[in-house]
Amino acid sequence: MTEISHSIIILFIIIGAFLNLAAAYGVVRLPDVYTRNHAASKATTLGVVFLLLATFLFFYIEMNLFQSRLILTIVFIFLTSPVSGHLINRAAYNSGVKLWDKSVRDDLDVTKKEAGT
Amino acid sequence: MLENIVVITLFTIACSMVLLIYRVIKGPSTPDRVIALDAIGINLVAFIALISIELKTSAFLDITLLIGILAFIGTVTFAKYLEKGVIIDHDRD
Repeated sequence: MTEISHSIIILFIIIGAFLNLAAAYGVVRLPDVYTRNHAASKATTLGVVFLLLATFLFFYIEMNLFQSRLILTIVFIFLTSPVSGHLINRAAYNSGVKLWDKSVRDDLDVTKKEAGT
Repeated sequence: MLENIVVITLFTIACSMVLLIYRVIKGPSTPDRVIALDAIGINLVAFIALISIELKTSAFLDITLLIGILAFIGTVTFAKYLEKGVIIDHDRD
């Protein structure tokens, strides 16, 4: 029983660490502020949720402590991290940061839309 | 087994925070830096959770929630500053 719970905790920790590292690599490698935000806000959120879930299972199985603070942290990060990503992305567009020069579609650009129709 | 995995994962998260610090230093615009700092704050939550596994104590679990709240408030404040120029505006219309 304890071996099975240990392997579940280890699996969750490895998944969370891989997602965090992939998010950081995407933030370094991607060409544009919007694609970087796509990598950072989604992959980091899921990785941290997996790591906090592993911590919760560790305290619940090994020590018989039900830590409701970890559940509250998981819910809070899952709700607020995509919202902050959306806000900073909208602020970047409104303050005039250019898209990548190979991107093909910009639905918010009013002048380009009027020229097209 | 679990302790070794936790130490390796701490090293991995430290590497990802170093990559994000590269983006904070080099990033060509201000929203790049804000995104990278927000991701560093979220990684710090994971770091503290793993340290509390490693030390087998539950005394640091409040700090995870605190850092999550502070990262959210800081990012929202920077987004409003970049968009409007002020953070708390005084007009009444």
